[in-house]
Amino acid sequence: MEAFTTHTGRAVPLRRSDVDTDQIIPSDWLKRIERTGFGAGLFSQWRADPGFVLNDPAYIGATILLAGPDFGTGSSREHAVWALQDYGFKVVISARFADIFRGNALGNGLLPVGLPAVTIEALADQVEADPGVQITVDLATREVRAPGLVAGFEIDDFTRWRLMEGLDDVGLTLRRQEGIAAFEAARPGWLPVTS
Amino acid sequence: MGRTLAEKVWDAHVVRRVDDEPDLLYIDLHLVHEVTSPQAFEALRLAGRSIRRPELTLATEDHNVPTTDTLRPIADPVSAAQVEALRKNCADFGVRLYPMNDPGQGIVHVVGPQLGLTQPGMTIVCGDSHTATHGAFGALAFGIGTSQVEHVLATQTLPQHPPKTMAVTVDGPLPAGVTAKDLILAIIARIGTGGGQGHVIEYRGEAIRGLSMEGRMTVCNMSIEAGARAGMIAPDEVTFAHLRGRPHAPVGAAWDAALAYWRTLATDDDALFDREVVLDATGLSPFVTWGTNPGQGAPLSARVPAPADYADPAARASAERALAYMALTPGTPLRDITIDTVFIGSCTNGRIEDLRAAADVLRGRRVADGLRVLVVPGSMVVKAQAEAEGLDEVFRAAGAQWRSAGCSMCLGMNPDTLRPGERSASTSNRNFEGRQGPGGRTHLVSPAVAAATAVTGRLTAPADL
Repeated sequence: MEAFTTHTGRAVPLRRSDVDTDQIIPSDWLKRIERTGFGAGLFSQWRADPGFVLNDPAYIGATILLAGPDFGTGSSREHAVWALQDYGFKVVISARFADIFRGNALGNGLLPVGLPAVTIEALADQVEADPGVQITVDLATREVRAPGLVAGFEIDDFTRWRLMEGLDDVGLTLRRQEGIAAFEAARPGWLPVTS
Repeated sequence: MGRTLAEKVWDAHVVRRVDDEPDLLYIDLHLVHEVTSPQAFEALRLAGRSIRRPELTLATEDHNVPTTDTLRPIADPVSAAQVEALRKNCADFGVRLYPMNDPGQGIVHVVGPQLGLTQPGMTIVCGDSHTATHGAFGALAFGIGTSQVEHVLATQTLPQHPPKTMAVTVDGPLPAGVTAKDLILAIIARIGTGGGQGHVIEYRGEAIRGLSMEGRMTVCNMSIEAGARAGMIAPDEVTFAHLRGRPHAPVGAAWDAALAYWRTLATDDDALFDREVVLDATGLSPFVTWGTNPGQGAPLSARVPAPADYADPAARASAERALAYMALTPGTPLRDITIDTVFIGSCTNGRIEDLRAAADVLRGRRVADGLRVLVVPGSMVVKAQAEAEGLDEVFRAAGAQWRSAGCSMCLGMNPDTLRPGERSASTSNRNFEGRQGPGGRTHLVSPAVAAATAVTGRLTAPADL
């Protein structure tokens, strides 16, 4: 996983709430068995509309998605995160994320940043007035900075450390084999097996 | 201080707990299907890793499988390749698989409980957000992404921060004609699609106690639609009676030992929840959705709302967008909405009791002219049981199509899809834009309402027939 410390880039405002993962990547794309190449499917139903914000040339190259509340609801499909990353997004900012989406994003180094809805509105207003405005998302200081605006966000120390080091969970957990084996030895005998 | 059901199950599975880190949680059962697993298996291969506990892992083919002509090869080459990848992965890594046409095949969340693999007090995960279904047995069951699937395959554990707890108490008995589906749709409309975010919901109260295991699974299944990490119901005599004698349920002394443990799981009287919501069941009636998220629902007796009814600007904008997508006019009675396709099935409502409820309405009646009605059992076992009871004959005689088991039109990854502009009454769990096919419009309903709607061609409750 690529380490994340700080990112500066342009943003695109997606002024919609309840953006579910079926919209982020429709199920037809889920038949693929690869991990890459999902960018073309990102918001594919909405992108069919020429007026959709991602089709606005002013926002080409944007790396920060400013979304409405309850982003990433519904299906657990990690393909939603892969699609956002493959398209070029490094950060998604929303007032509230669905739990599974948030976990998937953190597992892939796509930073989900929770800010109050009013702050996101202010950022979106600023970006709409000037799509070239640079926004910095600083994981070290847990801050989002834009001209005239500094907003702190919450992330626990462990997750922050893991992202800044670019470590994936599997490698970390495999260091705990002894503890896992000890736990397994004490499991009750009635628990089912599938074989 | 006492502990909640969720806290008891959590605490019993902590492998490692240190300050400022997520708990390392042991996973008792890992369910796998073809859509969210190929990249996880591939990652294991690339890293030279194996599956730690293949005997705690079970796979089934469900999302992609066709529900007609199942003996022929899958026509869509991309779907076929994905199913083939699962078969190869299960063979290579030693995972038990229920493939298409196997008598044990079915939707992953129907298969686990019917085998008795889903038991109280267990931790269960699957790369599928509807894993909360298994919480009906008092298991802590939640959906995970593909990286986490890889993690569980490699380590049989997951690093997780403890969830907050939320009680949803439903007082009073459900009125006649009101089902588990109506109840959960009403709960989601009340707390919203993000209302359970960060929480495990425990469903409690007289109305919940009065539900069958099938009904409890319907309720827990849709916890994710309220944004919750999981949904749970304390195990009781109904749970134990449902489990006893199933293929993987303990027997003899092991049953007695398990039962003694299961009886300790219920939330203690002095336990505290982080949040509590109370609903009165006695005022409920059949409930349907009108919008494009599962929280946009109303009693069937109501009318399509107007965006101006919503004070919150985000909710107003969302309603406006939803009505445009659904091509609905505010003020229209929900009962006047005409339907093109009825889908009865899914992990929400594809179990035997759901099919019985639909058949009871359709027995001796005919599907409205021009209406397409798909009845898709949740598993091959459900299919066989329904056929033994003659339900397939009831559906066929009414003019409905009797299909083979799978996820089918719930998400349209197989050939069962809505055409653009087509409108469905569906017993599934999501009414998102394009969920059942690009441009399709979905109204979520109970099996009984789906069947009554099939008869009239409009959203209809059985009592209105």
